[in-house]
Amino acid sequence: MLGGLAVLLLFLLIGEAVAALGVGLPGSVIGMLLLTAALALGIVRVEWVRRSCDVLLDNLAFLFVPPGVGVMLHFDLIGRSWPAIAVAVVVSTVAVLVVSGVGSQWLFRHGGRLMASVERKQ
Amino acid sequence: MSGISPALFWVTLSLLTYMAARAFYARIRFALFHPILVTMALIIALLRIGGIDYDEYMSGGRVITFFLGPSVVALGLPLYLRLQELKRSAPAMLTSVLFASAVGIVSVVIPALMAGAPQMVVRSLAPKSVTTPIAIVVSESIGGDASLTAAVVVVTGILGAVIGPLVLRLVGVVHPVSFGLAMGAAAHGIGTARALEEGELQGAAAGLGICICGVMTAVLTPPIVGLLLG
Repeated sequence: MLGGLAVLLLFLLIGEAVAALGVGLPGSVIGMLLLTAALALGIVRVEWVRRSCDVLLDNLAFLFVPPGVGVMLHFDLIGRSWPAIAVAVVVSTVAVLVVSGVGSQWLFRHGGRLMASVERKQ
Repeated sequence: MSGISPALFWVTLSLLTYMAARAFYARIRFALFHPILVTMALIIALLRIGGIDYDEYMSGGRVITFFLGPSVVALGLPLYLRLQELKRSAPAMLTSVLFASAVGIVSVVIPALMAGAPQMVVRSLAPKSVTTPIAIVVSESIGGDASLTAAVVVVTGILGAVIGPLVLRLVGVVHPVSFGLAMGAAAHGIGTARALEEGELQGAAAGLGICICGVMTAVLTPPIVGLLLG
């Protein structure tokens, strides 16, 4: 458990260092990709990190409580423009869900056929 | 509270409140009572009543949010375990999230403008679907307010986690990778937490959704907002 946490923190640290070079991605996302690569290359073993990952990912939602409480800092601003904010956030969240969900599913089902027909035409 | 560490107090209170909210949600199963939402509301109410400011709460809050970084890194494990299945889907995932990211920016900016939100608010809303660290950087680069963006990101995440499974079922999304991808793309870490409840493959796809949508949004937001707002 402790060893797993150490591995995760080490990859976060490396990710932050790479991010500081100006990659445009946050350190944690770079760390995630590096951990995947390290597992695939056998540098890190699954059993080293499994328990720590499970504990963190099972409780991921809780970690968003403090930034959520930060909404209180913007009650004035949100109070004045809440209808605009609410409409925009709802419309856009549904749009992203539908385009990414339906779009990817359509491509999974028809993508192969699409590629084949493109190749036939060439 | 002399002698008692404020950080200890706020972390304990947040945990206990969240445990209670989760137990309540398990009984009610009514989407509006999402545990994060209930915990937020109770803590905000307590801080308001006690006249305590956010910075004081964050002495404990920072201890909790510290674990967000290693948790995002931890998504690398489900990603690795499902790599073979996800590899085949890579072109479809990249294409659909590219369009979803562009649609996500346009569909938040135009309704917000039409509903009369001030420019600064519109700019703060633009990167709302992506994980907080990316959203903040993007918001600042286009003249938004970073802390307003952080707040909207959390609200979007809760909304996506709550309505996501319902919307996806309504439009006929049944593929586990599409489900996870959409939850991660639309509702970052909070959507991913919900996707993990469905299964490891959904969770892994959601982790990729955060990543792909984050990159595309970082690249696409400045030109799209520039085009729409000048």
